[in-house]
Amino acid sequence: MNRRTLFKAVAALTLASGIGMAQAQDVLRLGAAAPQTGPLAGGAAVTHWPAVRLWVSQTNAAGGLQVGDRRMTVELIEYDDQTNPQQAIMAAQRLATQDQVDFMVAPYSTGLNLAAAPIFAQLGYPMVTGTAVTNNQPELAAQFPNMFFVLGRTGVMAEDIANVLVGMRERGEVGSRVALVNVADAFGIEMAGISRSVLEGAGFEIVYQTSYPLGTQDLAPVIDGAKSAGAEAFVAWSYPGDTFALTDQAIVQNYAPQAFFTAVATAFPAYGARFGAQIEGVLGMGGVNADDAAFQEFAAAHAALAGQGPDYWASAATYGALQILGQAITGAGTTDRAAVLAYLQDRSHEYQTVLGPVNFNENNDNERYWTVGQWQGGVFRGVAARGRDGAVPVQVFDGWQ
Amino acid sequence: MFILITGLLLGGTYALIALGLNLQYGVARIMNLANGEMLVAGGFAAFWLYTAGQINPIAALLVIAPLAFAANWLIYQVMLVPLVKRAKSRGALEVDSILATFGMSFAFVGIMSWIFGGGYFNYAFLATPVDLFGSSYAQNRVVAFVLAVLIGGALWLWLSFTRAGLNLRAVSVNPRSAPLVGIDVRAASALAFALGGAVTATGGALVSMFFTLDASVGVLFTMKALIIVIMGGVGDIRGTIVAAVLLGIAETAVARLIDPGLTLAAAYLLFLLVLLFRPQGLFGKAQT
Repeated sequence: MNRRTLFKAVAALTLASGIGMAQAQDVLRLGAAAPQTGPLAGGAAVTHWPAVRLWVSQTNAAGGLQVGDRRMTVELIEYDDQTNPQQAIMAAQRLATQDQVDFMVAPYSTGLNLAAAPIFAQLGYPMVTGTAVTNNQPELAAQFPNMFFVLGRTGVMAEDIANVLVGMRERGEVGSRVALVNVADAFGIEMAGISRSVLEGAGFEIVYQTSYPLGTQDLAPVIDGAKSAGAEAFVAWSYPGDTFALTDQAIVQNYAPQAFFTAVATAFPAYGARFGAQIEGVLGMGGVNADDAAFQEFAAAHAALAGQGPDYWASAATYGALQILGQAITGAGTTDRAAVLAYLQDRSHEYQTVLGPVNFNENNDNERYWTVGQWQGGVFRGVAARGRDGAVPVQVFDGWQ
Repeated sequence: MFILITGLLLGGTYALIALGLNLQYGVARIMNLANGEMLVAGGFAAFWLYTAGQINPIAALLVIAPLAFAANWLIYQVMLVPLVKRAKSRGALEVDSILATFGMSFAFVGIMSWIFGGGYFNYAFLATPVDLFGSSYAQNRVVAFVLAVLIGGALWLWLSFTRAGLNLRAVSVNPRSAPLVGIDVRAASALAFALGGAVTATGGALVSMFFTLDASVGVLFTMKALIIVIMGGVGDIRGTIVAAVLLGIAETAVARLIDPGLTLAAAYLLFLLVLLFRPQGLFGKAQT
């Protein structure tokens, strides 16, 4: 080592240790691993990352998080889990051991959250999920008492779209013939199964049911099949690429049933941008109270920071999950993870979030959430919810404009 | 009729995806696993030109194709020539190029998500119906099919009836003997690789009219292209087109008549049958 490199090294070390000492007390390190590449990167870029970065930037702009008698600014450490469960686990491990983060953001999507749940539990990190929808909250909460659910239950969502159709039929707005299609993965199969049993129980006739492989965007045969079967309502448990493709094909073949429902990505701003006024009346999964001042404020800040608006569903839940974590840290008054977890597990606590007030039941589950939304006048508005106010009446789908 | 036309349109899309890889693998002997990423890059370029400049994707091809040609020529000269130089045999080059382009595909995904972000990209261009024989089809798919026919036809004519095409075919058939008759194998390979890249990016620009793309979706296209190229026979344009159309019609027929869930199974069954009964591909010549 020559003198110059030695000098540089010493200078760098001094600088590093100096900064380290100055900040160690006021910085809360927050780790986040979620898809930046891989099949779910597109969804995470809309829903997950902007909401996480927005919460961090707003918290810091407000002077940091109040922890006991200190205010701590939040430092975000990001990793790409490549939409790979194995990578998600490794990233969580690395964040805990290498980066020694104080807390971690739960990953994006149901699958990656379930994959990372054991390692979060083992390392003792609270896991407040914003994008995990499942029907197994009781079992999961028993197995992983550190895991909390904000977005809701799949079974309830599948039931609610069926309920919306039942309501429409009672008002004479839709017939009884339903086409039910789904993407052939765990999500699509489970949702289609629940929808089918609820719809058949309510006297609907499933005239066309099919599934298609993950990643398929050539869906002309599916729309043609539903059209030929004379289905008066179309329900698709779809993922982003196929949500766009199904809508596109329905417009091209002018298949205009009395109710048209697609699942994931219907609530994305990109869906509204792509189809414009044509999708007036299209139903989709999720929803928000779009007229709520808190949501509008969040949407404006999101657009300012990320250059794009939030989606009308899980963006707010992702942000809300971090608000909950932040309020629990403030409430516990310490960065001690066990104390924060104990605070979260105390069911008497209620958190003020962009979704409205949230509290957790005995299954670590939030019981107030949106289930079905509809594009009305260029905005995706919630039309069905559990425990939330502001649902607007369902409009009749009047064909592709 | 609906099945036949939808299948033909899908086959046209598949041909666009696979033609470029056929040139690259057939002549330059580069099994380019970054093929799908080049396609997505072409799609992104079209998206960007359309949304930022209101330039329609067909006109944008005049910019995208030459750019992709230049970029792929550079990639060949900088990244792949060293592999070609040190490869002792055709097999060694194939293994090396698979590894190198596999790595490149990750680099491209990283670069694209850095430039464009990881979100979904699509836009509406010619997304209006056109009526043929009593059913409606998307105009953009019909346009893409027509262009696929034109590009495929032009490539075939060029390869069959021009001197440069003859050179490429000679390299494809026997790279060792080609220099004996005065063909610069490396230049021919670079030309084939660059041309293949340009065709792939063109395909991407056309596919972006009706596909929702994101930075990571390329691998799906690579898989499809691999199946089609191997089914059709390496180094034969006609084979690729026939295989693409066969696959398109088979998938559509299975989706409409049996179940959309079985399209992948049908595609791989067809692939398996070709491998079993014509391992050199539909139009391939048995290796001597």
